[in-house]
Amino acid sequence: MNKMEAIGALMERVSDDTLVVCCNGMIGRELFTAKNRPSNFYMIGSMGLGLSIGLGLALAQPSKKVVVLDGDGNVLMGMNALASVGSERPANLWHVVLDNQTHASTGGQRTISGQVKLEDVARSVGYRSASRAEDKASFASALDRAFAEAGPSMVLGTVEGGTLKGIARVEPSPPELAALFAAEARR
Amino acid sequence: MSHGKGGPSHAAELVQSLKAAGFNFFAGVPCSLLKGLVSILDRDPDAHYVSATREDSAIGMAVGAYLGGKLPMVLMQNSGLGVSVNALASLTTMYAIPTLLVISWRGEGGNDAPEHILMGEIMLPILDLLKIPHRVLSANEPIAAQIAWAKETMLAKKYPVALIAPGGVLE
Repeated sequence: MNKMEAIGALMERVSDDTLVVCCNGMIGRELFTAKNRPSNFYMIGSMGLGLSIGLGLALAQPSKKVVVLDGDGNVLMGMNALASVGSERPANLWHVVLDNQTHASTGGQRTISGQVKLEDVARSVGYRSASRAEDKASFASALDRAFAEAGPSMVLGTVEGGTLKGIARVEPSPPELAALFAAEARR
Repeated sequence: MSHGKGGPSHAAELVQSLKAAGFNFFAGVPCSLLKGLVSILDRDPDAHYVSATREDSAIGMAVGAYLGGKLPMVLMQNSGLGVSVNALASLTTMYAIPTLLVISWRGEGGNDAPEHILMGEIMLPILDLLKIPHRVLSANEPIAAQIAWAKETMLAKKYPVALIAPGGVLE
């Protein structure tokens, strides 16, 4: 499964009013290219904090579904936030991790997610469920299972490395992105 | 110079003033200088204080909460300001997210444990470099007025604002 297929499978399953918080790096640019919408928050700096943002949002808006679209490098950098999710246990938070075992946006250097199973960490700190999917069909069914149940849950999909040539950067300015997203999140 | 040593804690007054001003999301990492404040928030179910594991994570939560319609406050020791520099530079300030930071002042005046001395000296310059407006909380001025300044400033500038808590004021 490549990352664009994984992002496609996720966004097919995300309802219009679901809020998606996307980590920095190539994943944000890929989401922007695959399916831009005002209910996507693109975190373009502050690596590692996507899950913390999603947690604050899920606590602030308990009636809305919040999906954090994350990468292995971000999860490893902000691993402490998994413990906060396991402690707060918001039922409206789903953590979708695309794991290519690399820092794609800085040149494809390896991360340590080959040695550390991130879904095991999620399970250990108190997520309601966590699963790993190694191909497109099992990723799709893992998402279906997770979205049918209360969170917090993690669905980790292993994806191929590599990046799309010439992929666009997220266009609106950060304050514009925040204002667009806040209007959706507060609706 | 040392601010606010001695005298009663103003932590309860601060929490009342924050709530009256509309602050409704609280997260942070504690400091002994903030122990009164943390204990009041932590036993108040309405506050739903989130005990974060790192200060930058608390700032991330505050950003998410603000986007979801809350008015957030994050508390931390000034050592946590060091942890938070990138979150402040590339998240809160860059996305124009108003956030109130309540930061303790360990190392004020150079009289403290060795690990607090340098940060005690450079905390205010760091806030200045980040262009974050700040004031030292004073026990001699109504707390509500100091909260009002912070709220008005952060909403008008769409930027974080810091209230610095010296020893005694919020213990």
